Amino acid sequence: MHKSWWKIVCVLLLLYTIIAGLLISVPAREILHESIRNLFFHVCMWFGLMILCTTSVVYSIKYLRSQNLRDDIYAVNFAKIGILFGVLGYATGALWAKYTWTEFADSTQIFTEPKLTGAAIALLIYFAYLVLRGSLTDIDKKARISAVYNIFAFAMLFPTIWILPRLMESLHPGKGGNPALNFDDLDGRMRLVFYPAIIGWTLLGIWITSLKIRIDLIKEKSLLNG
Amino acid sequence: MAKKIFLLFVCLCLTLPAVLMAQAADPEKQYTAFDMRHNGKIYVVVSVILIIFAGLILYLVRLDRKITRLEKANS
Repeated sequence: MHKSWWKIVCVLLLLYTIIAGLLISVPAREILHESIRNLFFHVCMWFGLMILCTTSVVYSIKYLRSQNLRDDIYAVNFAKIGILFGVLGYATGALWAKYTWTEFADSTQIFTEPKLTGAAIALLIYFAYLVLRGSLTDIDKKARISAVYNIFAFAMLFPTIWILPRLMESLHPGKGGNPALNFDDLDGRMRLVFYPAIIGWTLLGIWITSLKIRIDLIKEKSLLNG
Repeated sequence: MAKKIFLLFVCLCLTLPAVLMAQAADPEKQYTAFDMRHNGKIYVVVSVILIIFAGLILYLVRLDRKITRLEKANS
């Protein structure tokens, strides 16, 4: 297999996440109870999205500087897997909220929840990126316009999913601080699983992305040769 | 693409009754995760997730090897 050491690290970290994540004892918190273990799965999806989308925008800027189609292929595939992580994070978040928020909030509060709306807006902006790419046929034009759009989409990503929901009344944890670094909500035992879990899930995303990139590069090569 | 969506829809239709029946089955007895930990059934959940995870990783590894072969054939 192609440069396999980090893929082995990825599998080991995820095995550790699944086994330790379900079996360690967790601090007792009201409302969340045992579902606090979702931290190792749901939250890691959003961390994966952040890292993959940041990588994508770096390659978009690289493309605009170099005009090398290889950079465009990197950018679009990182964005695609980032979106996949975002959709998974949204779906798991919706399920988690159904079994926790409904205990204390009414449906109006849940429907107007800024974290959900913000995440939906961010995902829709990224869906538009894919639609934009699909609607242009000229390869160079497609690469250039979508690279510029990707920079704008990225500029909206962090405000819509992190900053705005924390400025408003929100049911989602993390208001008025940074939950990943806040030592009141998590304790040391959970941190020991949480940080490796972030690395593991992100590496899995990068692995899938690298496969898609390699397929696209083969396609591009046969397009030029044939 | 349309075929894939149709298959997904069929899977959903097949699993939905099972989910609904599972909820209706035993209303008065509410098991919690704590019970699962006491009687050891949590290990069943861990094993099931591990099997699914192993399957997905094996699939990725095979795909990776296949692409490596393609790259070698193309170069």
